[in-house]
Amino acid sequence: MIEVTDLTFPKLLLQHAHRIPKQPAYREKYLGIWQEISWEKNCIEIQEIACGLASLGFKRGMNLALIGDNRPKLYQAMVAAQCLGGVAVPLYQDAIASEMIYVLNDAQISFAIVENQEQVDKLLEIKSQTSHLQTMFYEDPKGLNGYTQAGLYSIDHLLEIGRTFSQSSPHFFMSELEQGRSTDISIILYTSGTTGKPKGVAHAHQNFLRAGMNSAEFDKLNSKDNILAYLPMAWVGDHLFSYAQAMVTGMTVNCPESRETVMSDMREIGPSYYFAPPRIFENMLTQVTIRMEDAGAFKKKLFAKAMTQAKKVGTQILDGQSVGLFDRLQYAFFNLTIYAPLKNALGLSKIRVAYTAGEAIGPDLFKFYRSLGVNLKQFYGQTESCAYVCLQPDQKVKYDTVGFAAPGMELKLSASGEVLVKGVSVMNGYYKNPEATAEVIDSDGYFHTGDAGIIDQDGHLRIIDRIKDVGKMANHKLFSPKYIENKLKFFPSIKEAVVFGDAKDSVVAFINIDFEAMANWAERKNIAFSGYIDLAAKQEVYDSIKHCIDQVNVDLSQDPMLSHAQIDRFLILHKELDPDDDELTRTRKVRRAFCAQKYAPLIDALYSGKDEQFIETQVKFEDGRLGSISANLKIAHAQRQKVPV
Amino acid sequence: MSHQEVLRLENISLSFGGVKALTNISFNVYEHEIRSIIGPNGAGKSSMLNVINGVYHPQEGNIYFRGQVRKKMTPVLAAHGGVARTFQNIALFKGMSVLDNIMTGRNTKMKAGFLSHALWIGKARNEEEANREKVEEIIDFLEIQHIRKTPVGKLPYGLQKRVELARALAAEPSILLLDEPMAGMNVEEKQDMCRFILEVNQQYGVSIILIEHDMGVVMDISDRVVVLDYGKKIGDGLPNDIKNNPDVISAYLGTNQ
Repeated sequence: MIEVTDLTFPKLLLQHAHRIPKQPAYREKYLGIWQEISWEKNCIEIQEIACGLASLGFKRGMNLALIGDNRPKLYQAMVAAQCLGGVAVPLYQDAIASEMIYVLNDAQISFAIVENQEQVDKLLEIKSQTSHLQTMFYEDPKGLNGYTQAGLYSIDHLLEIGRTFSQSSPHFFMSELEQGRSTDISIILYTSGTTGKPKGVAHAHQNFLRAGMNSAEFDKLNSKDNILAYLPMAWVGDHLFSYAQAMVTGMTVNCPESRETVMSDMREIGPSYYFAPPRIFENMLTQVTIRMEDAGAFKKKLFAKAMTQAKKVGTQILDGQSVGLFDRLQYAFFNLTIYAPLKNALGLSKIRVAYTAGEAIGPDLFKFYRSLGVNLKQFYGQTESCAYVCLQPDQKVKYDTVGFAAPGMELKLSASGEVLVKGVSVMNGYYKNPEATAEVIDSDGYFHTGDAGIIDQDGHLRIIDRIKDVGKMANHKLFSPKYIENKLKFFPSIKEAVVFGDAKDSVVAFINIDFEAMANWAERKNIAFSGYIDLAAKQEVYDSIKHCIDQVNVDLSQDPMLSHAQIDRFLILHKELDPDDDELTRTRKVRRAFCAQKYAPLIDALYSGKDEQFIETQVKFEDGRLGSISANLKIAHAQRQKVPV
Repeated sequence: MSHQEVLRLENISLSFGGVKALTNISFNVYEHEIRSIIGPNGAGKSSMLNVINGVYHPQEGNIYFRGQVRKKMTPVLAAHGGVARTFQNIALFKGMSVLDNIMTGRNTKMKAGFLSHALWIGKARNEEEANREKVEEIIDFLEIQHIRKTPVGKLPYGLQKRVELARALAAEPSILLLDEPMAGMNVEEKQDMCRFILEVNQQYGVSIILIEHDMGVVMDISDRVVVLDYGKKIGDGLPNDIKNNPDVISAYLGTNQ
């Protein structure tokens, strides 16, 4: 294992500025053209931000809030805070203002660096309700000309006072930086949590340093690698990939121009290292499928043939297994004509390693990318463990597991089947919350993940569900909602599913259709619809979803553990489950208990055998205003399979 | 506000044969203000804009740009004089990309000859690069990076309106004429458009003449409002005065009785 005594992220910054000064640390678009920030320049700018903050009163031990999309300046500010012995606290940029109050107060934030007017407006709105917030800096001055509030500055102003400060005290920056210890807290990540208030997960430099170093070594990442930073900075995965691993290896972090341009930016950059949750890989595949359906007969046929060949030998070739010469040649031919151009169109041409995590990924989806030669793998971890617990090694990849314990990590299962973890990446504790910490870290130092898992015959860890969600049906047989929901969500037409059945005699489901996929399907079938609510209520849509559910039931009937948990009745919700309405977490996990409570009349209707149910739901718009939508929801029956007793 | 006059219309009358479109209308526009023209359908609002940028020539009356009288106005003169506009029914090149459409707004700034443009040499090249930079600034300003290379015909209505605004801005106008920029938009799109209009007004200091039917929007963002009805001016003043003007209420806003 790699030793990190007294190493900190700022010290790594100095090393890179010295070792690879001309290599790009960040890339971002300015006026449509990619601009590079070299490690040398990066170091200078970070020094200026740090000195600017210090001259305005930011001190060792203080927390700095960062809010915005992935921008180099925000990553730099993260290092700058750590240079001064402070702690970075990134917040979810799409959170509404009132949700930010809790975190700002809990972390006693007095300084914030934000991206643009949108975030400034939010902070100004809630400033009076926060205990400490004083000083704010914004990166993009657009629309902020007329703002005269005290304590509001542009980041250019911060850099300027930083320059002045470091000229008058030239040794300040280095002496502050050198005081840093690897045991100092470097970051607090607030978990959105499927229940209750968010908790601040405090990690020391050494946790993310070790997680970053070990994982970078595991996948042989180096300073020549490129990554696209597009997932929320407040999410642990982004902090591991775009911050910890990038700072450890010196690779280039590419920041997309805007949220809408991520896909085209990805094509332009061609990252060599990439992470995406399953839904993004699914979107990509949906795009490909939709466009192939519009293609001519010849192209369609060629594509189908290529895909058959890829399915046949693609994964074996990637895993280095022996494949016949003729198949190899055929694969090489299709690679030249189909796979490579397709990967290029998706921005996956240069990928050496790609990861997915967060949710289960469908077997077909997973195999699709691997068979094209994209080295897609899975990992497992949570905020409390720097997203670093299990990794799949090259050539030992399975779609339904998360791999082996990562270097430096220990893994065991409790008597009840809960996954327990100990090792280099486990957090110091929840910020100012020893009670909550004691609940999840036991006296032996094991972190209780709350996930139910099993170790399969090859030693891979397989995650089944949240342990608190694993229940018993009325007949005392096992009920695992997530397991069933995942099977449902593997269908491209189903975006989200919530399954109920704990302590009941049958299983029922809420379905969210995938609007893009379904709308396209409806157009093809000449089904007219006016919008989401209308489409979701169409009989044809119900029929098509029923078909998916019937297939899941066939699947379940063959599983001896869960054959009794087939879906009996279902309905299609009239609105998408939304984090703004608290139905999902910011990382898009279903808040099961909340949904059950909010939609109680629907669950009652599903169990009482009604044909339809009226529901009125409050919705929150992006700017925090409230509205309501209502609909009469049809309830449909699914086909259950007989199970031999 | 500086109250420096950028545009003054004096006793404008316009008729098409026997139809009187505008009768004896006078009003002015100050530097840096948002000046709205409202009125029922057929009141002469679009005709008024067409008079200002020289599409129509009024039979009577004078137009003053910064104190200078303009006898014979044409759209080309207006464009060179710093007047840009958007249209009620979008007038973009549907088959061209967003970027190219906005580049056409720079037409008045390009001086190089046909040949050097065709061969992409010398002056034409430098010129295009400088103009492209300006266009990219506007793309960034109006947040349309993601559709930079999309053909305009493929875009939803709300975005096409934004592209039209971008093209008008590309001409770096001192007066911007907006003809119903929010017609047919949903609430969210309208909010975005309002934000952009206000920002254009603040950031670039452009005077804006706005025709709009959404009274909420007009009263919110206008500095002063002119009301037309059957080609005649029936009100002129601050939004609050207009709201309480009995003539305007009976002609346009409607009463509770």
